Amino acid sequence: MRYSAFSIVKNALTGNVSWKPAWRQPEPKPFYDIIIVGGGGHGLATAYYLAKEFGLKNIAVLEKGYLGSGNVGRNTTIVRSNYMLPGNEPFYEFSMKLWEGMERELNYNAMLSQRGIISLFHNDGQRDAYIRRGNAMWMEGVPAELLDRATLMKMLPFLNFDHARFPIIGGLLQKRAGTARHDAVAWGYARAADRFGVDLIQNCEVTGIRRDNGVVTGVETSRGFIGCGKLGLAAAGNTSRVGQMADLKLPIESHVLQAFVTEGLKPAINHVITYGAGHFYISQSDKGGLVFGAEIDGYNSYAQRGNLATVEHVMEEGVTMIPGLSRVRVLRSWGGVMDMSMDGSPIISHTPIDNLYLNCGWCYGGFKATPASGFCFAHLIAKNETHPVARFLRLDRFERGYPIDEQGAGPQPNLH
Amino acid sequence: MTAYRLASGGLVDRNAPLDFRFDGRNLAGFSGDTLASALLASDQLLVGRSFKYHRPRGIVTAGPSEPNALVTIGKGANSDPNTKATVAELYSGLDARSQNRFPSLKYDVGAVNGLLSPFLGAGFYYKTFMWPAAFWEKVYEPIIRKAAGLGRAVLERDPQSYEKCWAHCDLLVVGSGPAGLMAALTAGRAGLRVILADEDFRLGGSLLGETVRIDGVYAPDFAETALSELRSLPNVTMMPRTTVFGWYDDNVFGAVERVQKHVALPQAKLPVERLWRIVAKRALLASGAEERPLVFGGNDKPGVMMVGAMRTYANRFGVAAGKSVAIFTNGSAGYRTAADLVAHGVDIAAIIDSRADVSEVAPDGVRVIRSASVIDTKGRQRVSGAVVERSGFEQTIACDAIGMSGGWNPVIHLACQRGAKAVWSEDLKTFLAPDVGNGLVVAGAAAGRYSLAGCLQDGADKAAMIVADLGFSASAHTAPVVDGEIDPSFTALWYSPGAKAKAFVDFQNDVHVKDIGLALREGFGHVEHAKRYTTNGMATDQGKLSGINATGLLAAMQGISPADVGTTTFRPFYTPVAFGAMAGTSRDEHAAPVRKSPLHGWAQRNGAVFVDSGLWYRPAYFTQHGEKTWRESADREVLNIRENVGLCDVSTLGKIEIFGPDAAEFLNRLYCNPFLKLPVGKARYGLMLREDGMVYDDGTTSRLSPEHFVMTTTTALAVGVMSHMEYCAQVHWPDLKVRFCSSTDQWAQMAIAGPKARLVMQALVEDDVSDAAFPFLAAGIVTLKGGVKARLFRISFSGELAYELAVPAGLGDAVADAIMEEGRAHGICAYGVEALNVLRIEKGHVTHAEFDGRVTPDDAGFGRMVSAQKPDFIGKRLSTRYGLTAADRMQMVGLKPVEADQHIRAGAHLLREGAKPSTLNDQGYVSSACFSPTLGHAIALAFLKSGRERYGERIVVWDKLAGAEVVAEVCNPVFVDPGNAKLNS
Amino acid sequence: MASLIHCPHCGIRPKEEFSIRGDASLVRPDPAASDEAWNDYVHIRSNPRGRYHEHWQHGAGCRRWLVVERDTFTHEVFSVTDAASVARKAGR
Repeated sequence: MRYSAFSIVKNALTGNVSWKPAWRQPEPKPFYDIIIVGGGGHGLATAYYLAKEFGLKNIAVLEKGYLGSGNVGRNTTIVRSNYMLPGNEPFYEFSMKLWEGMERELNYNAMLSQRGIISLFHNDGQRDAYIRRGNAMWMEGVPAELLDRATLMKMLPFLNFDHARFPIIGGLLQKRAGTARHDAVAWGYARAADRFGVDLIQNCEVTGIRRDNGVVTGVETSRGFIGCGKLGLAAAGNTSRVGQMADLKLPIESHVLQAFVTEGLKPAINHVITYGAGHFYISQSDKGGLVFGAEIDGYNSYAQRGNLATVEHVMEEGVTMIPGLSRVRVLRSWGGVMDMSMDGSPIISHTPIDNLYLNCGWCYGGFKATPASGFCFAHLIAKNETHPVARFLRLDRFERGYPIDEQGAGPQPNLH
Repeated sequence: MTAYRLASGGLVDRNAPLDFRFDGRNLAGFSGDTLASALLASDQLLVGRSFKYHRPRGIVTAGPSEPNALVTIGKGANSDPNTKATVAELYSGLDARSQNRFPSLKYDVGAVNGLLSPFLGAGFYYKTFMWPAAFWEKVYEPIIRKAAGLGRAVLERDPQSYEKCWAHCDLLVVGSGPAGLMAALTAGRAGLRVILADEDFRLGGSLLGETVRIDGVYAPDFAETALSELRSLPNVTMMPRTTVFGWYDDNVFGAVERVQKHVALPQAKLPVERLWRIVAKRALLASGAEERPLVFGGNDKPGVMMVGAMRTYANRFGVAAGKSVAIFTNGSAGYRTAADLVAHGVDIAAIIDSRADVSEVAPDGVRVIRSASVIDTKGRQRVSGAVVERSGFEQTIACDAIGMSGGWNPVIHLACQRGAKAVWSEDLKTFLAPDVGNGLVVAGAAAGRYSLAGCLQDGADKAAMIVADLGFSASAHTAPVVDGEIDPSFTALWYSPGAKAKAFVDFQNDVHVKDIGLALREGFGHVEHAKRYTTNGMATDQGKLSGINATGLLAAMQGISPADVGTTTFRPFYTPVAFGAMAGTSRDEHAAPVRKSPLHGWAQRNGAVFVDSGLWYRPAYFTQHGEKTWRESADREVLNIRENVGLCDVSTLGKIEIFGPDAAEFLNRLYCNPFLKLPVGKARYGLMLREDGMVYDDGTTSRLSPEHFVMTTTTALAVGVMSHMEYCAQVHWPDLKVRFCSSTDQWAQMAIAGPKARLVMQALVEDDVSDAAFPFLAAGIVTLKGGVKARLFRISFSGELAYELAVPAGLGDAVADAIMEEGRAHGICAYGVEALNVLRIEKGHVTHAEFDGRVTPDDAGFGRMVSAQKPDFIGKRLSTRYGLTAADRMQMVGLKPVEADQHIRAGAHLLREGAKPSTLNDQGYVSSACFSPTLGHAIALAFLKSGRERYGERIVVWDKLAGAEVVAEVCNPVFVDPGNAKLNS
Repeated sequence: MASLIHCPHCGIRPKEEFSIRGDASLVRPDPAASDEAWNDYVHIRSNPRGRYHEHWQHGAGCRRWLVVERDTFTHEVFSVTDAASVARKAGR
């Protein structure tokens, strides 16, 4: 069923009883040409592009919970392509371009809202780093603007200009950046993949990876053995656990990142704003909630919940950046388990096992990457070769000495 | 008039009337009222508008789960949006406004959405608004955004203050109702340190609205007696107005105390809210049970209210919700409220009971309609009747309020915040708390013990167990005897069939039964999918009322047990918490500590303009008469240092004392260049790598004695380097005999640089500081004239003849003054970090602008410094990786514009002349740039692919952000004194 | 864990006083070890869901590095030991 204003009217007039399921609930088949582990944004997008761009059939996505139950449903919904390093920027800009056409392609409104992201800076060193970043964006053809303090005072008068411990001296703006309705991204890809015949199998936990003669032949699951020709892992947050089933050595630690939403408020903050004297970032959803977060809790964790000290710290940063947040009440906090890689950048890669492919290490930047991650992973699996924009995101870049370290923090994940 | 203040009764103080305003109307209530009870007493039933359809909404509850009665209290910077009227303590002068309506609460144009509701079903927005692409941000989204949201955040600076505290106790009791009170008494009498916290401003919980007798006394009096005993116990801390919002690891609870939210003019010396971090050996959750709404047609109309709330309003606040009340119930609660209302003289229009078999007895003369349900309600902005269906026959019962009771849900929020899932009880037809270990024990109604006697007993029993567990002994107790209690049973009714109007599940977010059905039909039947697709449970009440009914409906529609559907995830916060309370005093200038150098005062006296440098304030430049820009000052300072002499405060650089027989060996392993044979009395520049081979930090380290070194680090990484060294010493090489101590704060350190530096120094120092006696890289302890011992280093960041002098912090000011005094004859000036930066760029010296964590020693031109001989040092092995030694790596070079009047900005990128800008063609970037007053033109340090092979090449410095392109010549990064003649003079 | 750490030198202290470095089961290889061993040490993590040893430093207290043994899912802390004593026991 194609979605449109017309379909809404037609269904409304007939009591809304003819809407069809967004996707089938298939039983697993004994064998698929390609199995993707992980029914989150990246896994679903991968399946969709495998079918749509590469014309492949007989594909399944295995999800241990419900579709979109991982980080695609618990992030702060920011979409941007304002990276500095050549290993990242072309990839994220490719993603940005896919975002811009995604909703019509999927026939699903994910409410991509290109409200602009403003990254504040507070000292000369940060300013120089943002100029370097902005120029790196322009190198890739991505418009960026450097805003001075006076401009910011007009655009964002609610920022702390007069009593800041670390004065705001400017900001870098990417106008095309913004937010999207996170769940809808997963649902849109799921529905579109389903229409191409991809089997989306929920409540199907992978418990083992079967190998014969060094080649993957299928997966053991909570719903029995399922054979496959190629296996793609897109289980960020649990990459190490799944990877271990194939004895993969991975440069990944799992960390918890908390995110927050306030009570619904009338529109007050129109951009995505990031704080330069901390990690705080904030935007306002279409429902009115201010969605925000900051740094990871700092210790390895698989628990989707964080600690109070970090909660306080995040809100301290919030009030420091926007004093008027003081009276705004925070409704809910939650934690997502991040695949933190050793350089803060993701991995879309071959593995030492020929027909096993890996998509992981998204740190806390996975949501914005969803379309490109799916596209490039599908490209890798379908053609067995790396997509050009993802050519630096290799698993072996660490041993070869080609880290993509935007923070310059080195191989300590909690510093990224 | 329908809702009204009863002539007598309640715990409000009728001798203490309070004036307040609602939407500009002057109204009155009593001390002890909530805003909701006072509004109700004033017959203000309509209090808000719903989120999506802007339907009129009235007060539904008498507590924290209220979805409808959200108002903005206060004005301007003091306004609190989305405040629940049902928990807002009334005070004189309270000024409340309704929300999400335009132009007024009564006539809201947004209500047109209600007419469009067939088109606005669950998830409708995912299916449209996609064409044309540009219309989303420009047309559709602004409309949606404007319609959404509830209150308005003014985003002005909050004039009030907040604070944070820690509290420690043996037992934290959350909730002061019957179970909590008995638990606190039991534990308090046994001598435990007890904290009794309750979100209400008056302790006593449900006892405050109870009419039965306990041990022969009226329930509120029983509560008061217990509370006064607790108040008398020194080991018990009572915390009213304190909401425990979260349960965290190690039995740490987060709580917010509303210290002055209930006063018109807060005292400046007190915070308005206080965050408590309560460390509890044990905690007892006695949070009671929430009454479950019934899902029936028209159940959202103002005047429809939980029967428990009606009872609370009548008994505790002396307010009747209506003159003629219909009650729709599936259990005994409806009868209990009917009886209390009748006792208060309120007319009960009828009791509509969904059950066929009813054991409860209705008050005399009250009509009971069994096996019946309400399928619609009459009235526009308030209820005027209930349409009741029984056996296919409909009748309308006139009434001005409808009480509803769908049974009970234990309030288990806190117990489920740490991952354990709620457990379905088929007996109680509800979800109970999981077993979460003995750190948090659930008691009373929160544990499914709904009878008052059961709550009292359970609280006492569970506290007694905790008392024993913690090694105290509980005195024997007899459970209080309760008279006249009714059996609180009910029969689950997930929705009332035959609805003729929308039957709402989530009142605030306008989710009704058909939305849940649509979600199920479209494949969103998982409870989390249904929530996210319909927004059920995502409103400000977080599904406190709607969650269980959504689960029940999803189960019923699929013919499965609610156990198989489960609940959505409970997460902090139990009720919303303001940013301000969580931030405490950490805001504005106090967001981070300030570090000031011992020479801060000296710098101030000399006209310094300060700049942030991490937590430090450092002098950026020193303004002299007539200078209008920082550049004028900095240029003057630079030229003066190149010609005469200057004094710069370098106290902020990290200083670490390193002691021990293995100190040299340790440093030799820590730095990539050799340190083992550094002679006493010598300083050496050291480069510290991370284990991945990238430069971590740099600085000079000097040997003051065979077993004593002093290291300097960059200002930025002083803390990190210290920690890194401790890690290496304690974890990697615990056998090495070496100890460290940070002495950054103990020394005032000054750089005295310039051709005349020696003249100044010699005038101050007893020892010989001639080049022969104290050559470049000499280091040692000297005696200042007057006898003060100081450390002197012959090191130079500026490239000039320079000394760094360190004196005990307390002497810094005086010594700096003395240097300025001695230097006056030689033209000394104070200089700041701006001049320092120019000087070091001119000399090709690096900072963290160059060492940005992605740079190897070789990239920065230090390749030959890295020891090939040493068997091991941090970073040795991985620095030989292919990518770190590749020939096309970016290497540090100098740049000078071909046309001397052109400027270069740090952050610009580099392109070959004629090359198209692209990531592929990107040749590198400018790391530092400045105008060199010494050379009279701009200079820069840059990282350029294979840069050292490209000296002499012309390259485009591409700064698209500034719209600037400058052609520059690639050159050696040392612009001034490449032969080090000045340094060694 | 996470809220409070029982420092063997300072007693129970709040998390904010500590900084965290990462996996404490990793041992710095011998200089002569293979490239693979070195790469594994610097870049590869077992990242278990369950019992885990992690390096924490009590920066605002004794400044000792500690080995915190805890569960990465439940966050239960089983032990906190001085890292140097662990290293010495392991023969480092």
